[in-house]
Amino acid sequence: MSKHDDKKEVETTGHSWDGIEEYNNPLPRWWVWVFYATIVWGIGYTIAYPAWPGLRSATAGILGFSTRAQVQEQIDAVDAANAAMVSELENVDLATLADHPELNGFAENMGAAVFRANCVQCHGSGAAGAKGYPNLLDDDWIWGGRIEEIAFTVTNGIRNEQSMDTRGYGGVMPSFDGVLSHEEITNVASYVQLLAGEATDEAAAAEGEELFLNNCASCHGEEGQGSLATTREFEDPEYVTASDEMTGAPRLNDKVWLYGGDLATLEETILNGRGGVMPAWLEDYRPANGLTQAEVNAVAAYVHQLGGGQ
Amino acid sequence: MSAPAPQDQLYAAREPVFPRRVKGKFRNLKWVIMLITLGIYYLAPWIRWDRGPELPDQAILVDLAHRRFFFFWIEIWPHEFYFVAGLLIMAGLGLFLFTSAMGRVWCGYTCPQTVWTDLFILVERWVEGDRNARVRLWKSKWDGRKVRLRLTKWAAWVLIALATGGAWVFYFTDAPTLAVDLVTGNAHPIAYTTMLILTATTFFFGGIAREQVCIYACPWPRIQAAMMDEDTLTIGYRDWRGEPRGKLKKAEPGVQQGDCIDCMACVNVCPMGIDIRNGQQMECITCGLCIDACDDVMAKIGKSRGLIDYLALNDEPRERAGAQPRPVWKHIFRPRTILYTALWSIVGFGLVFALFIRPDIEMTVSPIRNPTFITLSDGTIRNVYDVRLRNKHGSQELFGLALDADTNLQLSVEGVDGSLVPVPADSMEIIRVYVQAGPDSAAATADRTDFTFWVTDLSTNERASVDTIFNGKETN
Ligand code: SF4
Ligand code: SF4
Repeated sequence: MSKHDDKKEVETTGHSWDGIEEYNNPLPRWWVWVFYATIVWGIGYTIAYPAWPGLRSATAGILGFSTRAQVQEQIDAVDAANAAMVSELENVDLATLADHPELNGFAENMGAAVFRANCVQCHGSGAAGAKGYPNLLDDDWIWGGRIEEIAFTVTNGIRNEQSMDTRGYGGVMPSFDGVLSHEEITNVASYVQLLAGEATDEAAAAEGEELFLNNCASCHGEEGQGSLATTREFEDPEYVTASDEMTGAPRLNDKVWLYGGDLATLEETILNGRGGVMPAWLEDYRPANGLTQAEVNAVAAYVHQLGGGQ
Repeated sequence: MSAPAPQDQLYAAREPVFPRRVKGKFRNLKWVIMLITLGIYYLAPWIRWDRGPELPDQAILVDLAHRRFFFFWIEIWPHEFYFVAGLLIMAGLGLFLFTSAMGRVWCGYTCPQTVWTDLFILVERWVEGDRNARVRLWKSKWDGRKVRLRLTKWAAWVLIALATGGAWVFYFTDAPTLAVDLVTGNAHPIAYTTMLILTATTFFFGGIAREQVCIYACPWPRIQAAMMDEDTLTIGYRDWRGEPRGKLKKAEPGVQQGDCIDCMACVNVCPMGIDIRNGQQMECITCGLCIDACDDVMAKIGKSRGLIDYLALNDEPRERAGAQPRPVWKHIFRPRTILYTALWSIVGFGLVFALFIRPDIEMTVSPIRNPTFITLSDGTIRNVYDVRLRNKHGSQELFGLALDADTNLQLSVEGVDGSLVPVPADSMEIIRVYVQAGPDSAAATADRTDFTFWVTDLSTNERASVDTIFNGKETN
């Protein structure tokens, strides 16, 4: 800044670019003090807050500040705010959940979180399943797609040894190795393809029909309609919460395959049998890391709406 | 490197600036601009604008909670932020334009820092008197009078600062409601905090820091050097006319003396505390007050005005030789400023154009690709899409969804019978849409099929469409 009186000539630094010389003007005093103040502030800050790294942890700071504690506080606050909803969800009659839009929306969101934490390892993050792990987005349900049935499946699992309920425990698909010859297995597999309406060797399928009715129809139904359809249609259409009488024999006369619908996979299934296991999730059966009743209800609500609801 | 400077050279105390009162055309221009800018700032939030029952009645409103910006009849949604970006580009180009034509005129006349500092100095002059009185007061001991004057001045400053911080928060919520809430103590703490911070910063920047902000904190003085050239009209001293300067009375016979009588008027009125006779300086905000001061002096001693003036460097040789400077318009209209004006106008017309063609209904379609498709029992292939419907009308509208016919795809909306979706006024609705291809149909067996989503506003028949893809079952 130029002086009002130009008596005091400011020295130059001796630098010169293009004939422009650099003055060596002193800094403004307030500027320097602000600079010192930032240093003092910085030192104070590192004393007040966690700052200096050590070998295992950092200095704690005298204000007791902790981001983890803050996060925990926020989580606790959210939990507290949700407590009423959660207890309502715990005791709700699932059949009427859809009549409570607010609770239903809460359940679906909470269920989505539960699903992402616990179910995605088998059923995939998009719930599309994988070979041997059912796709939860389609309209084919082995153990029932009504919301109570889903909750029942989540609670007790499938063919697991933890839950008191033994639903489907005997319902493994047996191996037909030694029971049917290789040719017979091929014929049955072809017939199953025919049932599903897929292209197949018609002659072999015709051969397989008799074998199917004798060996497979007791579980899968004479038309391959699956055990679920059998229990529902021939006993009580309103019947829900299927238990021991259901064997979990998948429907075969549709386009959805759990293990695959090509001839080789079907032959393999018949030859070796199948028996997929889903763990029981209610904490009663899974003390260490199970789900609460509210979480079971929530995840049932979430899964139920995935395919548009049944 | 030279030897370290002596200790007392390391930093220097700020030399307080006591600008003297001045009258003249530039000063008047500054008063008018101050009146207009402050008037706009303080009054704008109070303008009402009827938008119907469900929307705020404030003409200019930044509705952060609902992420809307209202400006009279214009309403900007967050995804239309390019309007704001465009305005910022125009502001930047405008600054380039004005700087290349006339130096730091933005700084001198309209920069909030300058305007508020000017206002604070005005108050200071009312309370403490003009320059000489203020210098005396500054040097005098702290007695009753000095304390009283200082407290009065600070009190007035605080009031102005409070009004400044107060006006700011009115832009973000309904002003009359907030005004009542503020007075009755019911306003949100954020409103009070914002006011407090803005009051403190206004007081400090306008009252205490003043020219220090322009010199040390603001980046523009450094940038403007790159924006100016020899044609730029900027404040300058015609030293070929003024030098050698000397007191009027002391003029010795026979010595040819310049027009400058070294009265220091130009220095005393300068809010930046510089002496423009030393040549162009970074600190000068081209406010023109020194022109007013010197013109006044010239009038008194019977010389023509313009010893200090807006002038261009490349006119200097011409003027030294005794010729007239080139006309002002020649400095203002040159390729550089015309280019800036052209760019500025292109962006401006683009924005206006975008404003007129933008639709009142909009749709975005996000295909869900986890999984890419789902096979249903009967072999139907289903794809799932998240569709966002935006209704910018002030009333609830019924939106009809449809797909273009030639793909034979069926559409259904989750939770809705049929394909009509009600969307509330001025909001966005996210819906989940299932698109299905029948068993063994072309779309079900093709790897991918292009198709178009259509949405129609049933009351206005406005339509919007989005092209997207249907994933079929891969056939190996
Ligand atoms: S030198 Fe003149 S134009 Fe520049 S800031 Fe000072 S009074 Fe304003
Ligand atoms: S106001 Fe004009 S005459 Fe007085 S010192 Fe400044 S340039 Fe010289």
